[in-house]
Amino acid sequence: MTDTAVTTTDARPADARTLVKVDDLARYFDVSPPLLNRLIERTGRAVVRAVDGVSFEIGRGETFSLVGESGCGKSTVARLIVGLYRPTDGSIVFDGVDMGQPGARSFRQGVQSRMQMIFQDPYASLNPRWRVTNIIAEPIHARRLLTDKAEVNRRVGELLTQVGLSPKDGEKYPHEFSGGQRQRISIARALAGEPEFLICDEPTSALDVSVQSQILNLMKELQRSFNLTYLFISHDLAVVYHVSTTVGVMYLGRLVEWAETKTLFNRPKHPYTRMLLDAIPDLEMTGRQRVPVAGEVPSPINPPSGCPFHPRCPHANARCAAERPVLRVFDDTHVACHAVEEGRLS
Amino acid sequence: MIVVPANQPLLEVKNLRIEFPTRRGTLVAVNDVSLHIDPGEVLGVVGESGAGKSLTGAAIIGLLEPPGRIAEGQIMLEGRRIDDLPYEEMRRIRGRRIGAIFQDPLTSLNPLYTVSRQLVETIMTHLPLSEKEARARAIELLQEVGIPSAEERVDHYPHQFSGGMRQRVVIALALCAEPRLIIADEPTTALDVSIQAQIISLLKRLCKEHQTAVMLVTHDMGVIAEAADRVAVMYSGRIAEIGPVREVVLNAKHPYTHGLMGSIPHIGHDVDELTQIQGAMPRLTEIPAGCAFNPRCPKVFDRCYHDRPDLQPVEASEVACHLYDAEERRAAAGD
Ligand SMILES: Nc1ncnc2c1ncn2[C@@H]1O[C@H](COP(=O)(O)OP(=O)(O)OP(=O)(O)O)[C@@H](O)[C@H]1O
Ligand SMILES: Nc1ncnc2c1ncn2[C@@H]1O[C@H](COP(=O)(O)OP(=O)(O)OP(=O)(O)O)[C@@H](O)[C@H]1O
Ligand code: SF4
Ligand code: SF4
Ligand SMILES: [Mg+2]
Ligand SMILES: [Mg+2]
Repeated sequence: MTDTAVTTTDARPADARTLVKVDDLARYFDVSPPLLNRLIERTGRAVVRAVDGVSFEIGRGETFSLVGESGCGKSTVARLIVGLYRPTDGSIVFDGVDMGQPGARSFRQGVQSRMQMIFQDPYASLNPRWRVTNIIAEPIHARRLLTDKAEVNRRVGELLTQVGLSPKDGEKYPHEFSGGQRQRISIARALAGEPEFLICDEPTSALDVSVQSQILNLMKELQRSFNLTYLFISHDLAVVYHVSTTVGVMYLGRLVEWAETKTLFNRPKHPYTRMLLDAIPDLEMTGRQRVPVAGEVPSPINPPSGCPFHPRCPHANARCAAERPVLRVFDDTHVACHAVEEGRLS
Repeated sequence: MIVVPANQPLLEVKNLRIEFPTRRGTLVAVNDVSLHIDPGEVLGVVGESGAGKSLTGAAIIGLLEPPGRIAEGQIMLEGRRIDDLPYEEMRRIRGRRIGAIFQDPLTSLNPLYTVSRQLVETIMTHLPLSEKEARARAIELLQEVGIPSAEERVDHYPHQFSGGMRQRVVIALALCAEPRLIIADEPTTALDVSIQAQIISLLKRLCKEHQTAVMLVTHDMGVIAEAADRVAVMYSGRIAEIGPVREVVLNAKHPYTHGLMGSIPHIGHDVDELTQIQGAMPRLTEIPAGCAFNPRCPKVFDRCYHDRPDLQPVEASEVACHLYDAEERRAAAGD
């Protein structure tokens, strides 16, 4: 009896709570030298495992943040989800539908219009020959949100104001703006498409802290009003602490730990997460030496065997070098570490 | 006894004014900016996005893009004026004596060439090294900025690197010729905290060992606190406050600096909304009379609407704000 009750209420659990579900996602890039060079130098193919078996879920209306060292694969995960790259392996389920299924094509196009992405590099992502108004209006036209020209212009002006620019800035071209102002234009464009799911790759790192606060406050307000879901990527852990519901830590193409924000910051489990939190710069200038993450960042071309962190990990043992740890749940935290699993580290 | 010559700043900028002539009139993007950097010193530059930080840096290295132009002022490098040099001469100085790290890594890297080709070319232009030596030096530089598998990675194209790795390649490119002055515009923006720490200590080491001067433009106050000796705060084309790093970060005097420092998010502080300075910086066509910060300033009073405040010494800093005028200070002390 209880069983049936459970099955009925949980009939569509994914649909109800989870908006995005990523399962064992992988993306490799071939970076081999040309064939002739390989033959002469007798080298093999070289493959970057940019993303190597990543699984997580993002709940509707939540903010999931990805953090981790430069080059660990955060932007690649973002690009896979919006469909800019095809996965080498694994699946992405959006709103209950597998984006990789053969029949999902028309659905996928529909879904892609419900997502928008703010790119890490505001220079590369704005068309230099378009006026700002047209850049921002593009998603409005693409989704046919408004058709009347005057209404579109009014909406663009409103968006420009929301990101701290002026409606009059619409007549200008991207090169007439500073780096941070350009980033605000790309934020306005993303918001113009009225997305349900917004992927923000370093959205505020080009902005001064006061404008950053304005943008983050705006994003939170929009999230509250429209139940938006965010995938957020940032190197600024204080920003991540402030905006996120859940935080995932990536290392060398893998997700090594994810947990609810407070849990992760207060009780980090994975040795890498602990090091990352210790490396936060010291603003109070109390003279505390920041502890840089020790050791070399390994290459994703020849990643270490077993646990990819083992060459730098103070808790590594023989098992770590041989066997790849998988994500398991300990006290509400998903963590991939043998030491945690064996109880050597809590 | 030897008479030591007065310590000459490595870089001196005097009353710099940058204008953009447009159909609707002339825009003044940088107005009356003066600053200096000593050998071995790091000057941090912070401020509102659009305040003129990058333009100031571009003017110093002679790379202002037309129609932008230096309308007034002088730029001196090691006592010699460089803002009026012919293009060819400036090009030699740039790269050899001034290294630049731009905000936008794509402008410094050619997407069609491998990283090794770009580094080797730059090294050979400026240093008397053979191609083989230049390549070895290039790999060494990549290792110094923390690129793993540098021997292999050196032959890749820029698009094969992550955002932060590209930025590190640009840093390596700027350091190639061991310049006297480094203009670093948001060098660590795309980098995680540990690589950031590595780059900052690399810059600081260069400063100490080679007496290089660094102008470090960044929004990251953590980086400023760690790397800068002095800090200039810019707002609407002008310097609002300049002083020793501890003073500016921990004892801000200008109301804008105050607002800026108050907006920094902290881990462990649970707030629903982050503090922000209300309103936006004025557009270049609509800079108000008097103090440019007056529409947003919580401390604004009559004089702020008419008189433009000039920089004046306040404790160890210099501040452009009427709150520190003699009359105001007397009034504050009086009652
Ligand atoms: N198109 C590509 N071709 C080859 N390699 C790539 C490509 N895109 C990314 N990579 C490699 O994949 C790895 C992950 O890159 P990604 O851009 O996802 O990192 P990231 O975590 O976003 O880093 P950052 O914080 O520096 O932006 C890096 O080693 C990068 O060099
Ligand atoms: N080509 C141009 N035409 C007109 N105005 C310009 C041009 N280039 C820059 N500006 C204006 O000059 C001002 C200063 O720009 P600058 O790039 O120096 O800002 P910044 O302080 O570096 O800002 P950020 O922190 O966002 O990079 C901005 O308001 C910008 O709009
Ligand atoms: S699995 Fe082993 S090497 Fe990896 S983080 Fe845990 S203890 Fe360290
Ligand atoms: S001069 Fe006046 S308006 Fe300007 S910062 Fe000072 S108090 Fe505020
Ligand atoms: Mg990235
Ligand atoms: Mg700039």
